[in-house]
Amino acid sequence: MSLHPLMQALARMYGADRLLTRPAQLMAYESDALTAFQQRPAAVVIPQDREEVLETIRLCHEHETPFVARGSGTSLSGGSLPIADGIVIALNRLDRILRLDAAERIAVVEPGVINLKVSEAAKPHGLYYAPDPSSQSICTIGGNVAFNSGGAHCLKYGMTSNHVLGMTVALPDGEVATLGGESLEGVGPDLPGFFVGSEGLFGVALEITLRLLPIPETYRTVLAAYDSLHAAGDAVTAVVASGLLPGAIEIMDALAIKAAEVGAKAGYPKAPALLIVELEGEAGAVEAEFAQLMQLIEETAPLEVRMAQTADERARIWKGRKAAFSAVGRLAPDYIVQDGVVPRSRLGDALAEIDRLSASYGIDVANVFHAGDGNLHPLILFDGREEGALERAEELAGEILELCVDLGGSITGEHGVGMEKRAYLPKMYGPVEMQAMEDVRRSVDSLSLANRGKMLPAGEAESLTHVGPHPLEKAGVIFRE
Amino acid sequence: MRGGGSKPALSQRRCAEDTQLLDLAGLQGIVDYQPEEYTFTARAGTTVAEVAAMLDGKGQYLPFDPPLADRGATLGGTVAAGLSGSGRYRYGGIRDFLIGIRFVDGRGQEIRGGGAVVKNAAGFDFPKLFVGSLGRLGVLTELTFKVFPRPPAFATVEAEFEALSDLLTGLDAVTGSAIDLHAVDFAPAEAGWRLWVRIGGMAAALEERAGALQEVVSGGAGRTGLLRLYRDHEEERLWQEARTMAWLPEGMGLARVPLTPGRIPAAEDLFGRAQPASRRYSVGGNLLWLGWPESGDLGETDGKEDAPRTLHGLLLELGLRGLQLIGRGPRSEGLSEGEEGPLLGGPVQNAFLRRISAALDPEGKFGAW
Ligand SMILES: Cc1cc2nc3c(=O)[nH]c(=O)nc-3n(C[C@H](O)[C@H](O)[C@H](O)COP(=O)(O)OP(=O)(O)OC[C@H]3O[C@@H](n4cnc5c(N)ncnc54)[C@H](O)[C@@H]3O)c2cc1C
Repeated sequence: MSLHPLMQALARMYGADRLLTRPAQLMAYESDALTAFQQRPAAVVIPQDREEVLETIRLCHEHETPFVARGSGTSLSGGSLPIADGIVIALNRLDRILRLDAAERIAVVEPGVINLKVSEAAKPHGLYYAPDPSSQSICTIGGNVAFNSGGAHCLKYGMTSNHVLGMTVALPDGEVATLGGESLEGVGPDLPGFFVGSEGLFGVALEITLRLLPIPETYRTVLAAYDSLHAAGDAVTAVVASGLLPGAIEIMDALAIKAAEVGAKAGYPKAPALLIVELEGEAGAVEAEFAQLMQLIEETAPLEVRMAQTADERARIWKGRKAAFSAVGRLAPDYIVQDGVVPRSRLGDALAEIDRLSASYGIDVANVFHAGDGNLHPLILFDGREEGALERAEELAGEILELCVDLGGSITGEHGVGMEKRAYLPKMYGPVEMQAMEDVRRSVDSLSLANRGKMLPAGEAESLTHVGPHPLEKAGVIFRE
Repeated sequence: MRGGGSKPALSQRRCAEDTQLLDLAGLQGIVDYQPEEYTFTARAGTTVAEVAAMLDGKGQYLPFDPPLADRGATLGGTVAAGLSGSGRYRYGGIRDFLIGIRFVDGRGQEIRGGGAVVKNAAGFDFPKLFVGSLGRLGVLTELTFKVFPRPPAFATVEAEFEALSDLLTGLDAVTGSAIDLHAVDFAPAEAGWRLWVRIGGMAAALEERAGALQEVVSGGAGRTGLLRLYRDHEEERLWQEARTMAWLPEGMGLARVPLTPGRIPAAEDLFGRAQPASRRYSVGGNLLWLGWPESGDLGETDGKEDAPRTLHGLLLELGLRGLQLIGRGPRSEGLSEGEEGPLLGGPVQNAFLRRISAALDPEGKFGAW
């Protein structure tokens, strides 16, 4: 392998500390946050600037070797899983905020910049970057772009895609293209919009122009406990029907509440279901809306209601919700998170069916989800050391995805198709659509080098093994939060 | 392709002789409306006006203020032209509200993109690709949008400024404030500039919020003149006139030019002298609507008596790009095909787009970029 001409070329570019080839070095890159899948790449390179990224891509193209761009590896769908004998391009050192223009309300960033860092840098100017995935303290803007990541607060202002104005990208053969610009408006097809969410298949984002918004003046958050998930769901319907447009509407079920208790000492009421609704914006407007919201909630006969008046109280309400994923890890050694979407009015049906499936499989499923936009997050718990447990969990996960499609929804709201759900994309789209996606992909990347084997089902399946939590997680370096 | 014919610069452009016109105005009708899901699906030739009336019945709306509905604009044409109006400022533009499409590609296959739910990250985002596609990537046949609840009430503050620099200071103060703004438009007035800022929400809180807004507008600018508050019908009419481009003088062409507030002084340097071009800035200074005479001279900047061509040149000089919607394009004499409009300031040349086009329209049925 070390004599491979591509390796020799890479070795000329990168010092030994930035070209990783030894098994011990590669271990940390063998999977992303979907730890059920692991794969060893031929090498990991750690470029420091965009020229090195471009040169690496050109070399990969010249040597017809597939590559995977990698941010922080927090993908939950196997999106940043390496390709066997391929190259991983780790972008974490491209972590500069190149320009923060408060007057134009934009930030131009490199792809390895951590999501939260953008808001931190913008804060002194009274601005922030709106998309807030729960992983925002570790995930990168490049990863967010690839997956069109969302968060609890995307109900009102949308996902990553709604906040990316422009990009410079390296197409999979190293040709550079500029998409969009700095304005909210554009001329010609919305190319940044098409690149966002393409899961790394169209190449590597090198520079991203983000829209910044003024920090909301105030938040009003309410937590309501209900005697059933159904009742919580009805409350969501009432809130939505009222015409209020909250920044976030979240629901947790009993098992998720328990996890939040064990993992984060959230101090939530003990109940079969919790609803969190948050209004954000200008104080005068939010106060008026909050009065209406509270009246609505009272009418839905909650078991208990808590209101956050201060930033501290707000943080306490969100703490349990934001920690729910990692906390579920305390209830079982392994879990798979699903991310399907159903029409809002079918939430009740979907949850009842998930409940039924969980019982019939004898597998616990915890539910934490973005109720406002019908985005489910069933957490399927299993113990990977048990023979066949992963396979059964995956089967259950598959049934949930099919359920979402049958109800007129989507197999993924924000985590992407990745490696995990690529067999299910054809259940959502017909053969013509799949072919059109494949055609576009082939036209952009004739050799299918960029993130080969992800999202689109064509091509050889990688051989996968399951070996427990992410190596970095085992080592206590990263946490799921 | 033609929908309602409200943007003749796009639907009646000069084409090669063997080009067929595809009239999509007959492809009409709402396919599905789910008020409780905040989504609807309609055929591409359905008019914006019909949809707006339907949504209004349920207290909902398309917050991006699709323009030119009064001239018969269709949903398909609005998407293909990539048009959003003043309300784009608040929650995003047409790109952010279009969630699903059906289109016919260059090989005659009908393809579905996106979906019917408000959140969906599965597969390539074809709906976004088709926003601004100008009919050159495929024929849109059916569209699914998400919609929002219409705020119960709106109020608009109007302010006048003597100089552009004062206006821009006021603009910065307003758009940087924590006030939730629905629309921010401005235009040259008889003397100086006029700014309109729209807020919306529950009626009970609106009076007080409008007061705070007036303070920000005047406080930030130093030299504000007349401040006026609009409510109810008068207020509604103000923005209805923005949607219909009522400011555009009879017989003038219309183009839209995306830019940023920081580029406005340079743009004004050139356009301000190019009489009798008229203009209105929208979306907080991210969009310029330009009206210009279809023929004749454009002020001191040009002696060649071809206003559209002058505009093309001015945009090139500014490094901006525009899209012509109404009116004749630059005269073709000495211009290459891509320079005749409707794309002003240079054709869209992009390696990514070229590759996408090659996949969806391998035989070049829809015309090149
Ligand atoms: C605990 C936890 C909570 C999470 N919460 C949320 C949530 O609330 N909402 C949500 O949407 N997601 C969530 N996620 C998923 C994940 O954090 C997001 O998908 C995130 O965007 C991934 O970023 P990353 O930097 O880790 O990317 P990686 O995992 O490294 O990569 C993700 C994908 O992006 C591609 N990629 C990376 N950089 C680039 C680039 N520059 N150009 C092109 N492609 C690139 C990779 O090839 C890969 O396909 C969560 C994950 C965890 C572990």
